Amino acid sequence: MQKEAKEFFNTRFHEQPVNGSALAGFRQQGLDMFNKLGIPAVKHEEWKYTRVNALFNNDLTYNLDASGISKAELDSFRLPQTANATSLVLVNGVYSPELSDIKHSVKDLLVLPLETAAAGEYGAIVKKHLGHSAAYHPDGIHALNTAFTHGGIFILGKSNRVITEPVYIYHITDSRSGFAFAQPRILAYAEQQCELQLVEYYGTIGNEGSFTNEVIEIVAEAASVLDYYKIQHEGPHANHVGTTHVRQLGKCLTNAVTISLSGGLIRNNLNMIMESERGESHMYGLYLLNGKTHVDNHTIVDNVQPNCFSNELYKGIMDEKSTGVFNGKIFVRQDAQKTNAYQSNKNILLGDASSVNTKPQLEIFADDVKCSHGCTIGRLDEEALFYLRTRGISEKNAQSLMLHAFAVDILENIKPQALKVFVDHIISERLDFNF
Amino acid sequence: MYEENENILDQVTSSEYKYGFVSHFETDDAPKGLSEDTVRFISARKNEPAWMLEYRLKAYRHWLTMQEPTWPNVSYPAINYQDIIYYSAPKQKIKANSLDEIDPELRRTFEKLGISLQEQKRLSGVAVDAVIDSISVTTTFKDELGKQGIIFCSMSEAIQEHPELVRKHLGSVVPPTDNFFSALNAAVFSDGSFCYIPEGVRCPMELSTYFRINAANTGQFERTLIVAEPGSYVSYLEGCTAPMRDENQLHAAVVELIALERAEIKYSTVQNWYPGDKEGRGGIYNFVTKRGICAGDYAKISWTQVETGSSITWKYPSVILKGDYSNGEFYSVAVTNNFQQADTGTKMIHLGKNTRSRIVSKGISAGRSNNSYRGLVQVARHASKARNFSQCDSLLLGDKCGAHTFPYIEVKNNTAIVEHEATTSKIGEDQIFYCNQRGIDTETAVALIINGFAKEVMNQLPMEFAVEAQKLLAISLEGSVG
Repeated sequence: MQKEAKEFFNTRFHEQPVNGSALAGFRQQGLDMFNKLGIPAVKHEEWKYTRVNALFNNDLTYNLDASGISKAELDSFRLPQTANATSLVLVNGVYSPELSDIKHSVKDLLVLPLETAAAGEYGAIVKKHLGHSAAYHPDGIHALNTAFTHGGIFILGKSNRVITEPVYIYHITDSRSGFAFAQPRILAYAEQQCELQLVEYYGTIGNEGSFTNEVIEIVAEAASVLDYYKIQHEGPHANHVGTTHVRQLGKCLTNAVTISLSGGLIRNNLNMIMESERGESHMYGLYLLNGKTHVDNHTIVDNVQPNCFSNELYKGIMDEKSTGVFNGKIFVRQDAQKTNAYQSNKNILLGDASSVNTKPQLEIFADDVKCSHGCTIGRLDEEALFYLRTRGISEKNAQSLMLHAFAVDILENIKPQALKVFVDHIISERLDFNF
Repeated sequence: MYEENENILDQVTSSEYKYGFVSHFETDDAPKGLSEDTVRFISARKNEPAWMLEYRLKAYRHWLTMQEPTWPNVSYPAINYQDIIYYSAPKQKIKANSLDEIDPELRRTFEKLGISLQEQKRLSGVAVDAVIDSISVTTTFKDELGKQGIIFCSMSEAIQEHPELVRKHLGSVVPPTDNFFSALNAAVFSDGSFCYIPEGVRCPMELSTYFRINAANTGQFERTLIVAEPGSYVSYLEGCTAPMRDENQLHAAVVELIALERAEIKYSTVQNWYPGDKEGRGGIYNFVTKRGICAGDYAKISWTQVETGSSITWKYPSVILKGDYSNGEFYSVAVTNNFQQADTGTKMIHLGKNTRSRIVSKGISAGRSNNSYRGLVQVARHASKARNFSQCDSLLLGDKCGAHTFPYIEVKNNTAIVEHEATTSKIGEDQIFYCNQRGIDTETAVALIINGFAKEVMNQLPMEFAVEAQKLLAISLEGSVG
């Protein structure tokens, strides 16, 4: 399998359209790394609980043509009440300017194909920041995305602008003609004192199954405020490996919310690199799973500079045969004194055949720090359930009330109202919550 | 104020190893290096039955196919397994009937160690089996224990006198194929302790083993096996020291505990192997496999360890909770200083129903050391109503050391309740200030806080050991702490 996949991608690599020669070297590096590292197997510590190599057993169709989707088909995926918002559409991992709709003024926001940005005025920024995440993910999957960087997007939030409307990024995969494989690549850059919100949403057309291997790198300059949302709500055949890599280059605030509601095999990597003093970051995650969905959240908080604050809360409810994985790493480098880093992971197992694997991890090289992590795995408190029942609430309602309350902790951190209502609606429906 | 604290911490963290003397007595060594001949030499020297030799050779052949593990969070130059003497015995007849017949040099060694083999031990009620360089030298109180049917003797004696018991249990918890170091140990182990508590017997005294590596270039590979029959109880202590040497020495032991229905085993370790000097030269590589099985319902195994020595520690005392309602505990204090590296923790494998486990781990790092907690809590699909609580706290003294936590939690049953919490911090300036305010000087305050930090674990140690462990904690971090 390993060998076949290698051959397949090496062949495809030489076939891909090389219109942006500015990224040719970058891609070649990616291919070299991929050939060196290969597809991670279960023996790979970072992929211990997620058998990603099995996905490569599928007969992959790697279609880089973005024209197969109509506007009407796209509309069926649109999040409600976002008609007036900017939407960027990637089809099979390739940016489609025709389907995209940029409502923001160019004074606020600039969107360019990644190749164009690399060759033009922003070439220096792209060169400096694209690929920074590779050091944190020495595995073939990440390298594979780099090797096939094609049709990516460059998003620039202009300095001193408060951009109130979020930017919605839709990833549409077309699996009507076979198991679809897509590799989107995005670089977002928030200039000084810019406020920017990004929302990523995923959809698959067709029933053949899909595999999206995404890398998004986000750079936040001093005094910027950056909110990032990732909402996963796809069919059971949609698989996903995504890396979100956030760098804080100045004292700024970054928030990330990852919501996984359904899908096949999902792996979310979220990195917060605190490269400036006094940075602050918040990371929230909710995974509400049923069926055979497998969700693996890997987070890294790397405290490079002193006086940073980070807080992390991930919550999961596993029903039926689903599996939840959480691996949270906090690194505190030797110079990063006075770091405060907190991490918490809470899980409820509902299904008889559900399981959870969690590994909260601290690696600390500075002494003057306050770091903690906690994790719990359990079931609903029987006394609380009993209390609700004594008040005349049926067992079923009591349970959904408690589960909803458990999930709301995370939901409250979604700032765009429309998005929050949308997610809450799905969760309430799933939990049979109608109060 | 801050600088003053730094100074005190400096003093606190720069003391010397106090057990670093070498005893000179003639030894009977195996030739350097490892081959089937070495294994046969050891087996022949110990006059072992054929099945034992077969067991060793099988383990050795398997070892040849294995790779040294690289996953622990420690780094050290590659070990040359051909440069080690695998068998070193003090060279006099050890069939001593009374203590007077023992080599006076050897006795002086024990006196220096502070373990007395004399009658005074009767007062504290500790039976001692002392192992120097792989060979069990003496076991006290054997007769008294024998009256109750308790067997407490060296492993080689057990192989001769109770072969059926040894054969039944040896390798049943830690099979030779388990890992690289357990395979090595199974091939070349030279001695250790064997302990058997018959059904319904509560062992009247603490059993204790003292290990010491004395000769240069030797490795110590001891093997401990404790079997507690239904309804029995035993508390077992283990202590270790080694002389100061420039080169590194290897210690790869295996400990197996078997607790049957309603039996309880309490195993305490105070590990103080030579940790190397301030520049990180020398010291013991302590690569140990310890595992217990609660084979019957309501069985209980409790591990307590105080780890202050060794240049590298690689050790995960584990409990397999097979019986329903069985109980596993792990209490640990690991102190690292200078260039020491520790990667230690536990595994709790919940297989039976209504099983419980508790983990309390305290790590203290100073100097340039690295201290890691690595643990696994696993709840199998059918282990309903399992309960686990884990807590691992780290204290950092100095800005060049590291503290790491790698807890793995794998739950496959929806009735399980598992909790884990960990914190990392240094001694707060506010805490020291509060003590100063009450007239306690900074140095005493640091000592006080460290002792308080480790107290939860220290309380689990048997009385005689708690005193020694507290002293050790003090010595490891400085003379005056404690």
